[in-house]
Amino acid sequence: MTATGPKAFIPDEGIAPDEFEPNLVGRYKLDKVFAYASWAATIIGLVVLAFLLISTFADGLPRLGSSFLTSFPSRNAGRAGIASALAGTVWLLLITAAFAFPIGVGTGIYLQEFATDSWFAKMVEVNISNLAAVPSIIYGLLGLMVFVRILEPITGGRSVLAGGLTLALLILPVIIVATRETLKAIPDSLRIAGMALGSTRWQVVRDHVLPLALPGILTGTILGLSRAIGETAPLIVIGAQTFVPFLPTGLRSSFSALPIQIFNWTSRPQEAFHANAAAASIVLLVVLVSMNAVAIYLRNRFQQNR
Amino acid sequence: MTDSYLPPEHSSANLWQPNRVASKRSQAIVKFIFGSFAVLSIFTTLGIVATLIVETIKFFSQVSLVQFLFDNQWTPLFSEPHYGIFVLISATFLTSLIALLVAVPLGLLAAVCLSEYAPRNVRAWLKPALEILAGVPTVVFGFFALLIVTPILKTFIPGLQTFNGLSAGLILGIALLPTIASLSEDAIFAVPQDLRQGSYALGATKRETVTDVVLPAALSGIVAAIILGVARAVGETMIVTLAAGQNPTLTLDPRVPIQTMTSFIVQVAGGDVPVGTLKYDTLFAVGMTLFVITLLLNILSFWFVRKFQEKYE
Repeated sequence: MTATGPKAFIPDEGIAPDEFEPNLVGRYKLDKVFAYASWAATIIGLVVLAFLLISTFADGLPRLGSSFLTSFPSRNAGRAGIASALAGTVWLLLITAAFAFPIGVGTGIYLQEFATDSWFAKMVEVNISNLAAVPSIIYGLLGLMVFVRILEPITGGRSVLAGGLTLALLILPVIIVATRETLKAIPDSLRIAGMALGSTRWQVVRDHVLPLALPGILTGTILGLSRAIGETAPLIVIGAQTFVPFLPTGLRSSFSALPIQIFNWTSRPQEAFHANAAAASIVLLVVLVSMNAVAIYLRNRFQQNR
Repeated sequence: MTDSYLPPEHSSANLWQPNRVASKRSQAIVKFIFGSFAVLSIFTTLGIVATLIVETIKFFSQVSLVQFLFDNQWTPLFSEPHYGIFVLISATFLTSLIALLVAVPLGLLAAVCLSEYAPRNVRAWLKPALEILAGVPTVVFGFFALLIVTPILKTFIPGLQTFNGLSAGLILGIALLPTIASLSEDAIFAVPQDLRQGSYALGATKRETVTDVVLPAALSGIVAAIILGVARAVGETMIVTLAAGQNPTLTLDPRVPIQTMTSFIVQVAGGDVPVGTLKYDTLFAVGMTLFVITLLLNILSFWFVRKFQEKYE
């Protein structure tokens, strides 16, 4: 036996009872301080965020009316509206969803159901977590190079299609990870039962796994899409316009978007435009919060039914 | 007797004819399509790296690396251009530092509160609320910083200019707070209950259990959340563009206008620069610097998680 083992059991060398100071009063006091601090931090965070949101609402609500939603941008702040920006955002949302949803879900299914544990799957996995950490403005530079310049004959340059494709690349990691996590949570017994009845892997996935996984996948997709439509930087880089007095006419049309419009109005020196920026922020926040609320509702239902 | 006899061509084995060839073929097609989708994500990375490298090489054929790293001015849009990237990096560093000083302590304490102190039903409300707040677009935070926070700060900080690093950094911190809190809370909440009970059984108080047992056990997840926060702060664009200004200055004074890497990219890209000019290439050289910094942070985070991750049954 080494000296360290039994040493503690020799009463003479242990701590004498009267030397041990539990100091419970002091420790409980510190406990209380810590608990208060943690509550304070939570409340400070929420209060600051609430204050900011409320003051935006206070600034913007007077400007918010049906004419604000249906007017085009104007040099006159009082007559300016977000019609083209809102339409641009809807177009972007649809294009992004059309590309990101099938590709993201397909990749997720491939990695989780077909290629588990292959070197390829591992490489893609590391790659995806790297992509998720790349700043959105870098995706803007990629979009500028690939979709605006190299693919100009297809996308028409600085178009709503180029914007949507860039945003689709940006949110692919979100959708892929969400798909994989959801598929991972589906019990294996389901797959084994399906295959025992003679189904191929794909038949099992299509008929049994996917229907169960769909709410989770949709949650991830909606969260990804709500991130996409709040993005400003990549759209500025690929060249979204700030003054678009018409609705997008097609995929190759130039476009504006709500965040771009907010950015433009905020950075103007005239106070009147700031109220417009606040009003446009309210519209964007309402859209985003309702999307997120749907996503969280879907997820909670999914978790309860599992 | 003859009724129960069916001729072989009518037996059920012949009535049910699974088309295995067809279902295997459709599986192969699906597998191929989904596999090529998976390849797309690798092409995205390659595309980013190739884009940045090609244009950065063009940039460095005209500007020396020494000037890029050691010049103390950044004036690529002037007639006598200087390209000292550290001017932009110092601004990014300043705003990120202020942001982290706000977001890390508040975020960690809030995470501890949600996971350890808040009653279950309060947590059930606060957690989704945090996640929704994490989804507020940064351009809206930029609006807060420039038009709401800066005027308030101006009333008690002398010498604070309309565009400044302080208010950008503070609001950036508030913007990061929900993300850091939510991710650290996931890590803290995942620490098994046994560890807490073991600690209580040894006579530790709740605070001692949290700081000496639970937090160390959740360390890898917490650090990963913080590093993600740093990467977000460095790559964040709209708050710093709107609130910190467009004025490249080599300073750590939080009261004056500065220009971060991201807001330089917005300033130049928003101005419709002709392709093939040095200004256009500068865009990508700055993008490359930003990409390398976030990549290093990401690698650090991977390494940390792998090295310090605790596994429990």
